[in-house]
Amino acid sequence: MQDIEIAELRKLTEFIQENFNYDFSNYAMSSFKRRIQRILELYKFPNVDSLVKRLREEPRFFHEFISEVTVNVTEMFRDPSFWREVRDHIIPNILLNNDTLSIWHAGCSSGEEVYSMAILLKEMGILEKSKIIATDIDKSILLKATSGVTPTKNMELNEKNYIRFQGTGNLNDYFKEENGKSILDKSLIANVSFREHDLVKGAVFNKFDLILCRNVMIYFNQQLQNKVLIKLHESLFKYGYLIIGSKESLIWCDIANKFIVVNNEEKIYKKIKD
Amino acid sequence: MDRSKVSQYKAIVIGGSAGSFQVITKLLAALPKDLDLPIIMCLHRLKHVRHGFVEALNIKSVKPLEEPNDKDMIKKGKIYLAPANYHLCVELGNSFSLSTEEMVNNSRPSIDITLETASYVYKNKLIGILLSGANKDGAWGMKKIKDRGGFTIVQDPADCMIDTMPSAALNLTEIDLVLKVDGLIKFFQNLNK
Repeated sequence: MQDIEIAELRKLTEFIQENFNYDFSNYAMSSFKRRIQRILELYKFPNVDSLVKRLREEPRFFHEFISEVTVNVTEMFRDPSFWREVRDHIIPNILLNNDTLSIWHAGCSSGEEVYSMAILLKEMGILEKSKIIATDIDKSILLKATSGVTPTKNMELNEKNYIRFQGTGNLNDYFKEENGKSILDKSLIANVSFREHDLVKGAVFNKFDLILCRNVMIYFNQQLQNKVLIKLHESLFKYGYLIIGSKESLIWCDIANKFIVVNNEEKIYKKIKD
Repeated sequence: MDRSKVSQYKAIVIGGSAGSFQVITKLLAALPKDLDLPIIMCLHRLKHVRHGFVEALNIKSVKPLEEPNDKDMIKKGKIYLAPANYHLCVELGNSFSLSTEEMVNNSRPSIDITLETASYVYKNKLIGILLSGANKDGAWGMKKIKDRGGFTIVQDPADCMIDTMPSAALNLTEIDLVLKVDGLIKFFQNLNK
């Protein structure tokens, strides 16, 4: 297959901007190009123009487009040392001055990080005091997240992570198995609010003690990361925590001086200025 | 045309898997200290072990390796290593980006992804090197490098602990040089002259 030209991608993002009001123009080029290439192969489009044509003729196809263009590879308790840090230091710190805990999973994908957090909170005995909002740009992945259903073949990795996290039980205690699927005990996410929200165009909608946005902004260019970080900062209470992926950093961004580094290894930052 | 002049290039990208660790260690120990091209390495590694690998490679290396953060600038003379459980991509504008996309050839980091994105940015100003390994990851990336005018080298299959990877590249595309470890070391030492 021919290489996709940058001009073609630009045409595509302009078309989407005008017709669907989503802005992909500041997604990181190499991964965005690869995602589009993948869609062309998956749907057997000979070129980007035919993808645009399909979107024009069948606007509903845009939902599928969103699902395929976004990356939904995730795991429970990814980076177990990070989850230990959250359990042993970050949450106890928040609870020093608060009776309740509000958490935003920004870009929650199929929900693995939300499940991990719910299990962690349950094991700490504070799930009932916690309010979790989980958002994603992709409607259909939110349905999956809400369902609590995970393919059992993924559970081996999740369990390994959980063991390294040193949870108090077995990960399997929180799931029941049915036909090759592992189904989460729904009481864990009964109070989680899953909502559609686009980090790029969406407005600030609430304030939180803790925001997790791990491995989401890596798909954006720096200019867009900067904008999103301003929103995330605004969405935090003063002295709230922002957590990004282990190989992301915010030391370069405009609002870096409004945060302090709490844990550089796990990329945990604390908001110290409004 | 003599393709061994450092001034013709903007970067070197190296892929390796099973059996490449010792080769890499030897290469890193013998690198000219003043080689001012960035070296970008994608080596298959345990997905869930974040620490220890870069430290192990640093023991013998003439200069320390770095696992870049997302959007870090690519600097001359630095040696970079793809971090565990992320694909390492080169972006236009000479920076890195990381990705947690699906595994490619059962691998994350995938050598194909690092090689392909590097060749897209550096075109004919890239040297691609593929070492010992037990799967075919990297072969397609080497082809992209060749198709875009870059210079391609594989470790001599006869010299490899496991030759699947360089052999796959030799079957898929034109390879400019097939070198044993000593030859690779000489290639690097001659680059600067």
